[in-house]
Amino acid sequence: MKILVAVKRVIDYNVQIRVKEDGTGVHTDNVKMSTNPPDDNAVEEAVKLKESGKAKEVIAVTIGEEKAQETVRKALAVGVDRGIHVKTDSYVEPLGVAKILKKIVEKEKPDLVFMGKQAIDDDCNQTGQMLAALLGWSQGTFASKIQLKDKIVQVIREVDEGLETIEINLPAIVTCDLRLNEPRYASLPNIMKAKKKPIEQIFVKDLGVNVTNRIQQLKVEEPPKRKGGIKVKTVAELVSKLKNEAKVI
Amino acid sequence: MSILLIAEHDNSSLKVFTLNVIYAASKINADIHVLVAGNKSENVAKEVAAVPLVKKVLYSESPNYENYLAENITPLIVKLAEGYTHIIASANTFGKNFMPRVAALLDISQVSDIMTINSPDTFVRPIYAGNAFATVKSSDKKKCITIRPTSFDPAPTSGGSASIEKIDAIDIPNISKFIKREEAKSERPELGTARVVISGGRGMQSGDNFKLINAIADKLNAAIGASRAAVDAGYISNDHQVGQTGKVVVPDLYIAVGISGAIQHLAGMKESKIIVAINKDGEAPIFSIADYGLEADLFDALPQFLEELNKLNTIQK
Repeated sequence: MKILVAVKRVIDYNVQIRVKEDGTGVHTDNVKMSTNPPDDNAVEEAVKLKESGKAKEVIAVTIGEEKAQETVRKALAVGVDRGIHVKTDSYVEPLGVAKILKKIVEKEKPDLVFMGKQAIDDDCNQTGQMLAALLGWSQGTFASKIQLKDKIVQVIREVDEGLETIEINLPAIVTCDLRLNEPRYASLPNIMKAKKKPIEQIFVKDLGVNVTNRIQQLKVEEPPKRKGGIKVKTVAELVSKLKNEAKVI
Repeated sequence: MSILLIAEHDNSSLKVFTLNVIYAASKINADIHVLVAGNKSENVAKEVAAVPLVKKVLYSESPNYENYLAENITPLIVKLAEGYTHIIASANTFGKNFMPRVAALLDISQVSDIMTINSPDTFVRPIYAGNAFATVKSSDKKKCITIRPTSFDPAPTSGGSASIEKIDAIDIPNISKFIKREEAKSERPELGTARVVISGGRGMQSGDNFKLINAIADKLNAAIGASRAAVDAGYISNDHQVGQTGKVVVPDLYIAVGISGAIQHLAGMKESKIIVAINKDGEAPIFSIADYGLEADLFDALPQFLEELNKLNTIQK
């Protein structure tokens, strides 16, 4: 069994986003970047399957500028075998990402593809499902538990009503929720070892896919600011305000 | 120009968010056709037909559609898509699951989770967990869109009489199987849709102390949330986490107790209509976005809060 894990480099979840004054996007210069949080869960799950002997090889792939390699390097440091960096300096929409990943899947022939359920930058929540569609594969989205059986994978999904269990045929795409596992930290010796693991670099233009964006971002702005509220002195005053002024209780 | 809108239901009744999505769709075009794909779901089809904003109901019945597995309903939607300019569903775990599959097969770049409709091709959507709003314009001829239901009012439910057209079910790929669905055991409302949410942070000091929050939640019929700090400290399980890496909530009333207001938490709740903060640190950032701030020790304030609520004759549920 071979597993491909897709990881994305995003602005760290602890960073306060600053919108550019000219409305063209958000500031990314000198801003801390890290792996998209649920992608860490995807890596962890794949590595665990390798450790339990169920998977033979785990490959991490990322798409983006030169520095996007950091996310692959981090995956290599926690147990992924080798990496692929698909290089592009422009933003690629989820549909384009899915088309690129399809090419990588055709080349590497994994049985399973893992990735986070959503990236915390553009919040699209599309790539995994799109890749599954383009390949004609089954999908298990928002996975909080995965159990590998013979030729199928049982996925417990986090849905609005609670938990849903499905069984999907291999090959399959699984998009991971934060509850799936607890991603490990890389030890220093493993970080050093990871530097020797191979990362293959591929250029988008060599893959023969059209990733032209179809969605034009006209402007990015800050959400309307909340008006500063008031401080109340007592609990009784608070309850009275909620009842009579805000009328919410 | 017509809209194909996918209804969410449990085969016996329509899920309310579909009404918000119908209302949103009516801002794009009035010719709204709603697909009800399900198993023995005639009642749902009738329910949708009674919504005045709906022009036509497409009803397709098959056991394969009972649990709306993405692999099974996608081929039907793709087939029906031909006659429509917009394919629309709600941006919850229902719509998010199948819409990108539909979009990819139609070679459409989907626009997710829209909050405002500027024109039939231009929309506003949140990015970075709502820390920025992006205005985007789709150049695809046909659009696949998911709509954030809480950003729109629900459509009225009675007085309409749309026709119901039967649509044949089509072959499925047979690569996935539904096993079971366990509804959250809690008697409380879902965190994502609750009218009132009360959340605890690190200031709660222990999991046991969440009983103070539970008591108030019972009284207000509120869902219980938590900050990442409280989850990381093991006070409460992960599924209660509100924030950028947890759930994004937009209740009428959000009560933050012992939560300092880290960016990661604010991203998940700052769109709430009314925010209350209870914290003993008067400098806590949460106060800067709270409509009503109470600088007090939560261990004094919460029992008093319950007592005051008990004095009220009526409480909105």
